[in-house]
Amino acid sequence: MSMTLARIPQSEFKPGQGVPTGIELERYYDPETDQETMTINMGPSHPSTHGVLRLVLELDGETVVKCTPHIGYLHTGIEKTMENLSYYKALVLTDREDYLSNLCNNLAYSLAVEKLMDVAIPIKAQYMRVLLNELERIASHMIWLGTHALDIGAMSVFFYTWQDRDLVLEIKEHLSGVRTKTSWICPGGLRGPAPTGWMQRVQDFLDYFPKRIEMYETLLTNNPIWIERTRGIGMITAEDALAIGVTGPTLRASGVALDLRKHQPYSSYEEFDFDIAVGQVGDVYERYRVRIEELRQSLKIARQAWAKVNAAGENAPVRSADRKIAPPPREELDTSMEALIHHFKLYTEGYHPPVGEAIGAVEGPRGEKAYYIVSDGSNKPYRVKIKGPSFYNLQALPRMTEGRMVADVVAMIGSIDIVLGDIDR
Amino acid sequence: MPNFRDPSLSVMEPNVLSNSLLNSYIPVLVMGVAAIALAAALIGLNGILGPSRPNPQKLSPYECGVTPIGSARERFPIKFYLIAMLFIVFDIETVFMYPWAVTYIHSGGMMIFNLIEMLLFVGILFVGYYYVWKRGAFEWE
Amino acid sequence: METTYTIWQYLFTLPVHEIPWWAEVFRSILRVVIGLAFGLGLVPIYVWLERRMLGWVQGRLGPNRVGPEGLLQPIADVIKLFMKEDIIPTNVDRGLFLIAPIIALAPVIMSITVIPWNGSKSWGAVAPGLDIGILFLLGVASIEVYGVILAGWSSNNKYSLLGGLRASSQVISYELGMGLAIIAVLLMCGTLGLQDVVRGYDLRQPHEFVAGTVLNNGQGLINVLPLSGTGYTFYMLDWSSGFWDWNVFRMFPFGLIACVVYMISMIAETNRAPFDLPEAETELVAGFHTEYSGFRFGAFFMSEYANMAIVSTICVTLFFGGWLAPLGILNQVPISWIQALTQTPDSWVPWWANLINSLISALWIILKLFTLISMFILVRASYPRLRYDMLMRFGWKGLLPVALINLVLIAISLAVQHSFRDSLGTAGAWWVGQIIAWALMLAAMLVAFVSVRKSYASRQRDIASGEIPADSPIVRHPVALALPALTSTEK
Repeated sequence: MSMTLARIPQSEFKPGQGVPTGIELERYYDPETDQETMTINMGPSHPSTHGVLRLVLELDGETVVKCTPHIGYLHTGIEKTMENLSYYKALVLTDREDYLSNLCNNLAYSLAVEKLMDVAIPIKAQYMRVLLNELERIASHMIWLGTHALDIGAMSVFFYTWQDRDLVLEIKEHLSGVRTKTSWICPGGLRGPAPTGWMQRVQDFLDYFPKRIEMYETLLTNNPIWIERTRGIGMITAEDALAIGVTGPTLRASGVALDLRKHQPYSSYEEFDFDIAVGQVGDVYERYRVRIEELRQSLKIARQAWAKVNAAGENAPVRSADRKIAPPPREELDTSMEALIHHFKLYTEGYHPPVGEAIGAVEGPRGEKAYYIVSDGSNKPYRVKIKGPSFYNLQALPRMTEGRMVADVVAMIGSIDIVLGDIDR
Repeated sequence: MPNFRDPSLSVMEPNVLSNSLLNSYIPVLVMGVAAIALAAALIGLNGILGPSRPNPQKLSPYECGVTPIGSARERFPIKFYLIAMLFIVFDIETVFMYPWAVTYIHSGGMMIFNLIEMLLFVGILFVGYYYVWKRGAFEWE
Repeated sequence: METTYTIWQYLFTLPVHEIPWWAEVFRSILRVVIGLAFGLGLVPIYVWLERRMLGWVQGRLGPNRVGPEGLLQPIADVIKLFMKEDIIPTNVDRGLFLIAPIIALAPVIMSITVIPWNGSKSWGAVAPGLDIGILFLLGVASIEVYGVILAGWSSNNKYSLLGGLRASSQVISYELGMGLAIIAVLLMCGTLGLQDVVRGYDLRQPHEFVAGTVLNNGQGLINVLPLSGTGYTFYMLDWSSGFWDWNVFRMFPFGLIACVVYMISMIAETNRAPFDLPEAETELVAGFHTEYSGFRFGAFFMSEYANMAIVSTICVTLFFGGWLAPLGILNQVPISWIQALTQTPDSWVPWWANLINSLISALWIILKLFTLISMFILVRASYPRLRYDMLMRFGWKGLLPVALINLVLIAISLAVQHSFRDSLGTAGAWWVGQIIAWALMLAAMLVAFVSVRKSYASRQRDIASGEIPADSPIVRHPVALALPALTSTEK
């Protein structure tokens, strides 16, 4: 942009055109044309900022000179609340921060707690966790694809993806009775075994879904308008992305093959055969294609995980045998005093991890999701810090939007796939 | 099979034509009045039927739920200004083609002449078009 | 004429040039009522159709609770809009803000005036005698966008402002292509009257020369039968005519090209997806009508849908044979049946025969209309939205040159046909003209291909030199790459 930056003090704003306090406003001014930019609020209540993100855009015509994200409209204080709950109860809050990747959050938190407690997880539970995580990734990518396409105006895709996501939700509902916030993955393994018919249902879905990926590709990948709208838009280089801390598909589309499932395997991901989808250009289209490829890879992992879970047998344990972290089976309560005491202690006081700190990190649908937990030896975490990938990915947005148009901004927001619950927490 | 001529179609005598010409604009007038009256009446009806309970929040401009910064009435750069200018030029040239197009197939022996004239006209138009294209007038970024 | 007529004859049966002005005023009001009922009465049905059809495409139901199959849903919506508060925000430009919806809606209603629903010179449209039909349409239709722009500007809302600007940018993108596509039809028909365009030629002219006539193409299409003593005119259509006589297939493929250009422009004119830039709800919230509520919003809504119907009807009229059936035999009740039924001489046709024929005409035009509307809806369901510089580039670099070259080729073909008509006959001249035009078209396509090829080559050079990123397949890394300083935090 040929504009030179000139700061206009807030005091020069006319009264009544209130500037929200605490927000420093920068106006751009071009001395050649004596032209100021127009400041426009996009969000928090805007159809395509994917929640309550607020972007303050400096517009020169419809060209964005500067884009400043303002966050905090969905701040719920989840981290602080978790510090006031026992480890067992804090788990349910993890479902609620990034509300589109609940099981991945569950897993990250559980990994951190299990690392603190140093408990071993039965292998079937690990495979189940992989299976559930990949299903969650598919569901999350379905929402991403639908909303992203809707932002760009492809309205039908939104409804198709929503139907597919609903199938995953039904799988989760069949498993747990809850559609989204299941908390099914918990420290010590899973909440329980899969009900009858669940495996069949998952298999049906895995058989059905490849056709749908083909359909989305038919609708969008070679659609000239789609390519026009996304090719070369919102470019971010690998260096910039790494410097900002971008992770997940957004980073991989820029050409960096970083995936925690490969680099820092958890939950026995090292046993699975899959590839990382990596793009080169780092534009919106590339991010779209990387995520579509990820859907295929997720499907591949999920198939393997399904086979492994199936091979493990129906009666294999899905919970740690450590009675300090996992409750005893129901039938033991009638016969064993010790089990009763464990049960009572677990559900009243919870467990006391040793003093220390641990981080549990997973590759979520949006990028690296990590829970950093400090334990002071009590039954409540001393400090919980959530690393939300959306928060870092969002920081790439101002760099992408410079010199682009308002219509492109919505395409970019869609392409970095942010969830405000993940950012504000 | 009977093959009559419609009396209403053989109305080329000037005296009858003028009467018909006048008459043919009466419905336009009636429709114009009806259109404006209908549009105004529908909106007026809303004013009668709808409630009126204004409050400052309701009356403030919508800018995604936060107080607007600055005014919408500032000077605003229009990037496609040049194309808008070109549009006027081209649109006027398009208007010149209408009479030509309507009389073209009725022009009898003058047809080739008419064609060459219009080819010249379109040719000049095209040269200008090619020039502004190559100068990058249609690229505005 | 010394004959005295009854009031009834003045009001209903006499030809238009034989009646006084007051009778014409009465007839006009009657026709305006019919036109409004047609034009606006169908709007709720389009809305319903769109919602149900989108629902069908998208695997959901759409409105199905209010009335049978949800047909009354749009009526309920309109009633709701009437009951809503008409909010006029502070700081708006009050006069313009209040008048903008009327400016948007009134011209759309006005354009119903010239749309013909059958071939009668007395009753076939609101203003059947108007011989400037297309010019009137273009003039009136271009007013509508002022409503949008003024609404955008007067709202004192930045989103509205952007929407209004986009509307103006949209107009300057598509109007040239649209105008030139319409001129192509004028060139083939030699008339501005829409009824005559449908017939394919001007009946009042001694048609010594008819454009593009290897097939029937209009001439000899219609035998006219005056209804003696009543003034009704019975148009008897030639059974051998059919959809191949429509303008879209005329002088193939130039009529078709003009039709495609017009159809793209008409989607842009109505602000429908994928050209719904002024109200792109995911970008500009609601665009130009962000600040409007109640029926002022309803006026914009109605104008959009009515406009959709109007431009579709214009498209049907210009390119798809208006009220004519796709096969000549389906056009009207055969006159021999009527004669057999009524046992009357050739020149007498009962009034109900005309009524039935009018209804058949109306049926065909409505069928075609709904086909086009369905196309609108399917396009909306299928395509992402364009960006407005893309639309502008498309209009100026795509539609405009195509329409202009198409026009020139039609003119050349016509002139050649004219020159060879005496020596080769109509059909022979048609082939000569068309072959020359086809050759020129191929040459133009070649030029376009070469220039595209050249830009492609330069793009390849840029890719080779690393200026533009290449289109690359998504790489699948089977193993992780070595990454700089990625240390594990595990204990």
